[in-house]
Amino acid sequence: MTTAIDLARTPLRDLNAALHRLAPDTNERHWRVANPRGRHAVACGLQVPVTVEIAGHVGYYCAGMNKAATVIVEGNAGTGVAENMMSGFVHVKGGASQSAGASGNGGLLRIDGNASARCGISMKGIDIVVGGSIGHMSAFMAQAGNLVVFGDAGDSLGDSIYEARLYVRGAVKSLGADCIEKPMHDAHKAALHAVLERARLAGTIDVSSFRRYGSARRLYNFHVDNVDAY
Amino acid sequence: MCGIVGLFLKDRRLEPVLGAHLATMLATMCDRGPDSAGFAVYGDAASGAIKLTLRAPDGDTDFAALAARLGKTAGVSIAARRHDSHAILTLPADAEGRVRAALAETAPEITVVGSGRRMEIYKEVGRPDAVAARFGLASMTGSHGIGHTRMATESAVTTDGAHPYTTGRDQCLVHNGSLSNHNALRRELIREGLTFETENDTEVAAGYLSAKLRAGLSLGAALEHSLADLDGFYTFVVGTENGFGVLRDPIACKPAIMAETDAYVAFGSEYRVLVDLPGIDKARVWEPEPATVYFWDRP
Repeated sequence: MTTAIDLARTPLRDLNAALHRLAPDTNERHWRVANPRGRHAVACGLQVPVTVEIAGHVGYYCAGMNKAATVIVEGNAGTGVAENMMSGFVHVKGGASQSAGASGNGGLLRIDGNASARCGISMKGIDIVVGGSIGHMSAFMAQAGNLVVFGDAGDSLGDSIYEARLYVRGAVKSLGADCIEKPMHDAHKAALHAVLERARLAGTIDVSSFRRYGSARRLYNFHVDNVDAY
Repeated sequence: MCGIVGLFLKDRRLEPVLGAHLATMLATMCDRGPDSAGFAVYGDAASGAIKLTLRAPDGDTDFAALAARLGKTAGVSIAARRHDSHAILTLPADAEGRVRAALAETAPEITVVGSGRRMEIYKEVGRPDAVAARFGLASMTGSHGIGHTRMATESAVTTDGAHPYTTGRDQCLVHNGSLSNHNALRRELIREGLTFETENDTEVAAGYLSAKLRAGLSLGAALEHSLADLDGFYTFVVGTENGFGVLRDPIACKPAIMAETDAYVAFGSEYRVLVDLPGIDKARVWEPEPATVYFWDRP
């Protein structure tokens, strides 16, 4: 059974409140939202494993703080889609604006188009798969998780990165401080394959066509040569 | 914050509804800039004529009498069309200097907001939807227009602090962001002979572009130069007699979204601005790249 909500008639707060009231064993497991018209904070803060399909473009922070739910955007997403996601699956069928998946702790964010600046900034365990290219300062201070990019990456990829893993198939315009290219061993190909499986993209692309980037670990550990700086 | 809107029509059949669309777009941006608003509309041009947009400090100015007085002094015929606190004077282009001088002499309280063959600029303090209604934006016609809703950060909430700022004949600029080197740049531009009316950072950006254009650069080249010389956050939308341009700073914190169809190119700070445009469901919608000059015009 599908619960249909038309945001041209139902206030957005009513939709979000209804989604927040759902119990984990709810029978209303499939929601379809019409006329999002770029509204902000659509389907934010979901906590139960339901599916919400949004027919159109959304504004800022769509599916922010998502836990367990599947949110599908049949269009573009504005700033901060799936920011602070804990678990679940968010799929943007168009492009995403800046800070997609920012600070995400878990779950998977898939973007079929491009993502602009600061994709995966401060990611803490989320997996992000981008079918197009990503903008500058992506994976800035990324701590954990995987960022997979089928296209190119902009300036300063992975600046001040901790332990997140970055896989980019196309060109990287420049690497940020302490981010380096690393060898792609079989274990990494297997790990990348597992991410693509979770993104429902396994088999669509050759994992050996990606290059791997990560932390040189020279920046975030204290180095005795820098003692005079303190 | 601040909100920016822009609409450039490729299909002339939409010209009668340009103002209606801009008014809707501007009203949506009340959320991003509730304290003041302004817009520039590029309407009809008359051969050999120029339009001066004037603003009076109060609502009592008799613009028709003022136009007659200025015309008599300058020896030309001047038509006046009033829009609330503003009026559009249409006069022979070669009389602009004489009319401006006569205005400064006889009515120093009146501000010249802008001038151009086609450009008219309106701006006031107040909620953007109310400002648009006061000026009758919804019934204005033209080929393109840009608008701005302001949430002031760098200077006071005054009409002079509202956008757009004119950068020369038929040229204007709206800005979302804040420039950090505007004081130093203003001093340099003053040394080069420019004058400034406010402490506002955007006025400096407008003056900077004016100086570059006066030095013979194209608008595209002037915008390219600003990437090196302007420090801070900015998304600019620039209007010219026949087109409009978009530029975001390299950091690109300030939002921008664009849509293009066979009929128009539209700009908004958020996608919500664009949702009522005709055929938006089929439009190409994209985010302009940082540090990249975009420009559209028509012959």
